[in-house]
Amino acid sequence: MGLVLLAVIWLITFISAYFFIAKTWWLPTGASAAAAGIDHHFATTYLVMGIVFVAAQVLLGFFAWKYRDRGPSSPARYVHGNSMLEIVWTVLTAILFIGLNLMSSSIWAAERFRPAEPGATQVEVNGMQFAWYFRYPGPDGKFGATKPELIDPSAGGETAIGLDTTDPASKDDVVVGTMVVPVNREVELILRSQDVIHSFFIPNMRFKQDAVPGLAIHMHFTPVTIGEYELTCAELCGLGHYKMRGMVRVVSQEEFDKWLAAREAEKQ
Amino acid sequence: MAGGTRGGETMMATREFAAHEAHVHAAPQGFIRKWIFSLDHKVIGLQYYFLALTAVLVGMFLSLLMRIHLIWPNVHLPLLGDIKPETYLTLVTMHGTIMVFFVLTTAPQGGFGNYFLPIQIGAADMAFPVLNMLSFWVTFLAFVVMLGAFFVTGGAPLHGWTGYPPLSAVPSAGPGEGPGADMWTVSIALFCIGALMSALNFITTTLDMRAKGMSMMRMPLTCWAWFITAILGLLAFGVLFSAGILLLLDRNVGTSFYVPLTVFSGQIVAHKGGSPLLWQHLFWFFGHPEVYIAILPAMGLCSQLLSVFSRKPIFGYKAMVYAMLSIGLLGFMVWGHHMFMSGMSPYSAFAFSIMTMAIGVPSAIKTFNWLGTLWGGRIRLASPMLFAIGFVSLFVSGGISGPFLAQPTLDIPLHDTSFVTGHFHLIMGVASIFGIFAATYYWFPKMFGRMMNESLAQWHFWLTFVGTYCIFMPMHYAGMAGQPRRYSQFTELHYLEKLIPLNTFITFAAFVTISAQLIFMFNLFWSMKAGKKASDNPWEATTLEWTTATPPPHDNFGGHIPAIYNGPYEYGVPGAPRDYVMQTDPTTVAAH
Repeated sequence: MGLVLLAVIWLITFISAYFFIAKTWWLPTGASAAAAGIDHHFATTYLVMGIVFVAAQVLLGFFAWKYRDRGPSSPARYVHGNSMLEIVWTVLTAILFIGLNLMSSSIWAAERFRPAEPGATQVEVNGMQFAWYFRYPGPDGKFGATKPELIDPSAGGETAIGLDTTDPASKDDVVVGTMVVPVNREVELILRSQDVIHSFFIPNMRFKQDAVPGLAIHMHFTPVTIGEYELTCAELCGLGHYKMRGMVRVVSQEEFDKWLAAREAEKQ
Repeated sequence: MAGGTRGGETMMATREFAAHEAHVHAAPQGFIRKWIFSLDHKVIGLQYYFLALTAVLVGMFLSLLMRIHLIWPNVHLPLLGDIKPETYLTLVTMHGTIMVFFVLTTAPQGGFGNYFLPIQIGAADMAFPVLNMLSFWVTFLAFVVMLGAFFVTGGAPLHGWTGYPPLSAVPSAGPGEGPGADMWTVSIALFCIGALMSALNFITTTLDMRAKGMSMMRMPLTCWAWFITAILGLLAFGVLFSAGILLLLDRNVGTSFYVPLTVFSGQIVAHKGGSPLLWQHLFWFFGHPEVYIAILPAMGLCSQLLSVFSRKPIFGYKAMVYAMLSIGLLGFMVWGHHMFMSGMSPYSAFAFSIMTMAIGVPSAIKTFNWLGTLWGGRIRLASPMLFAIGFVSLFVSGGISGPFLAQPTLDIPLHDTSFVTGHFHLIMGVASIFGIFAATYYWFPKMFGRMMNESLAQWHFWLTFVGTYCIFMPMHYAGMAGQPRRYSQFTELHYLEKLIPLNTFITFAAFVTISAQLIFMFNLFWSMKAGKKASDNPWEATTLEWTTATPPPHDNFGGHIPAIYNGPYEYGVPGAPRDYVMQTDPTTVAAH
C-alpha cells in the first residue's frame, strides 16, 4: 500500500504541476504597463513555490513507501529531533518568504503609493447594482456635482448617477456605459459606488480595486495595447453579480479625442 | 523530552488534585441527564460531533446544488424547482457559513477536544461542566436559527459567509436580506457566545486540571492545539460578537456603523456616515484567526498520528509547540491581507503582507517536522495514518498558494477569483476535514468500543483524497484565468466561456467525492452496531486515553487518577519491552 500511496501522491503532484508548467490556463494577455512586472513576479513566485510543492510532495510519497513497516528486524530510528536542522530550515524559509515579498513591493508601491500623473485621462467609475457607468469631466477638467435624490437608474446615463445639471461644471460631463481610454497614457480612475461594494476588475490590465459606497478611491493604470477588454465585478454585490460586466476600449489618442468630441457634441 | 521538570511540580500537582476532587460529579441515571442535558464532557463531545455531522451533510448538499447549477443552470430539480441566480448565492452563503462555523469550528474542538482533552491530561471532566453543557446547547440553538433562515420570508441571505455591508445591512439590497439576514446574524452572535464559553472552559481545564506529572511540555500535541485554539477563540469570537451586534443595530435600529448614505434602485436609504470597511476589519480580525481555529486541532492530531503510526517520537516536539504558538500569535496580525483591494491604506497592505509571509515560516516548520517524523520510521498505513498523510499533502498544496495571495502585487489579479476558493478549500476546508476523518478513524474504537471497517475506510480515503484534488486544484487554474468567485453562471463574460469544460470536470469530481462520503456514513453507523470489538489500546499508543477502559467510564479512569512519568511520544524506544512506553509507565525513559 505504501507504493500505491507514493504513486497517487506523485501522480497528483505531477499532473497538477504539468498544467501549471504548460500554462494550459494562465493569466489573460497583459495589456497594461504594470502587467509585465506583475507577470514576471508571478512567474518567479511560481517557480519558487512550485519547487517547494514538488519537493515536499515527492518526499512525502517517498517516505510513506520507503519507511513502511518491515517487521521488527528493522526498528524505527529513535530520535526526538535536531535543533540545528530546526534553526536552518526556519532561517531559510524566513529568508525565502520575506525575500519574495520584498521583491514585489516596488511594483505595489508604483501602483498604489503615488498619485496619478498630472496629464492622466480622468475617468470616474460608478458602480451600482448591476451596471457600471463612466464619467469624463469634459473640457473644463471638472466633474460636476451629483445628488443622491436625483439618482434614477432606470433612466440610464447621467441620471443613473444623479448628475446635477444645474451645476455649471456638469454641463460638459460625459456619462457612458463603455469605458474608452487612449493608449499609452495614464488613466486616473475615481471609483465610487452608490449602493453596495463592487470591485472593478479588468483581468487584462491586471487591475482590480473595490468601489466602496461613501468613498472616492483614486487609482491609476496605463493601457499599452489597443483593443477591447472585458471588465467585470469581483465583489459579491447581489443577485446580478455574475452579469455586472462591461467593456474597456483602448484606442489611439486621435480616436479618443474624436470619440470624446462626438459625445460632447451629442450633449449640446 | 521526557523526565527533567518533575521535581518542581509537586505543589502544583497537589492543587490540581484538589481541583479534581471538586469537579467530579456522580454518573447520571436518567436518559435526559445522561444523553441530552449531560454534564459529561464525553457525551457533550459526541453531541458536538453529531451536530457537526448533521451540519456537514447540509453543507455538502448545498455545495452539490451549487455545482449542478453552475453547469446546468436551467435544470429543474425534483422538489426543489429551479435554481435562480439569487438562490445560487443563498447556497454559497449558507454552505460557507455552515461549514466554517458548524463543521470546522465545531467538530475538531467542540467534538474531539471535549471528548479527549480531559482524558489526555488525566482529568475527570472539564473544569466547568455546566458551562460546557451550555456551550453546546447555545451552539445547537445557533444552528437551528441558522437553518430557520431558509424558511422565513425571502429565504436565507445571499451576502456570502463574510456578510459585507451594505449588502448584508440593507434589506432592499436583495432577496434574503430581510428576515433571513437577521436570522443569520443572530445565529452567528449565538454561536460566538457558545464558542466563548467553550474557550474559557478549554483554557481553564488545560491550565488547572492536569494530573500529577503532566507538565505542559508532556502534553500531547493535540492538547497544545486545543489549548491554543481556545485562546484564539477567546480573543476572536468576542470581536465577531460585537461586530454582529452592530450589524443587527444597523439593520433594525437605524444606526449607521457600517452603512453610509446609499441609493438602491433610486431609493435613498436612511443611513449616513457609516464605514463598510469597519465591518471588514472587525470581521477579518475574527476571520483570519478562525482559519487557524479550524486547522490547528487537525495539525495537533496529525502530528500525533504521524508519530503513533511511524512508531517514532514526533520530530521536534518543542519546535512544533513554538510553531503553533507563533501561528496563533501571528494569526492576529494578518487580517488585512483579506483587504488589499478594499480601499484600505496601501501602506498597511505592505505591513500585513510581511506578517502574512512570516506566518508561512512556522507552517513550513511544521511540514518539515512531519516529514522528519516519517523519516526512518516503521510506518503502519492504517486508515487514520492514511488520512494524516493526506492531511500533510493537502496542507502543503493549500499552503503553497498562500504566498501568492499574501503579496498584494499578486493579489491584484488573484483576489476574489476561484484561485482563492481553491486555496482556502484545500487548506482550511479539506485539510481540516481530513483531520476530522483521521480523528474519527483513530478514536472511534475508544468512543464506541468497536473498530471501524478498515476496507471501507481505505476506499473512503482513496476516493476522497483523489476526488478533492480533482475538485480544488482546477479552481486554481480557473482563478488564474480570471474567473471571479461567487458567479452563478459563466455565460455572461466571453473570456469565461473557455473555462466551462474545466468547471464541468469539477462538478463531476464533486459528484464522485460526495458519493464517497456515503461509504463513510455507512461505515460509521454500521461499525457502531456491528464493528469488531476493540481492545483498550488497538493502535499501541502511549497517551492516557489508551490506558483506560473502552469506552471510558464516567469519571474517565474508574476512580483512580493517573500519574504521568513520560512524554507523549515514546515510540521505538530501544530496549523497551514493547516498542513503546506509556505516559503512565513508571519506568521513566531516560532524558534526551
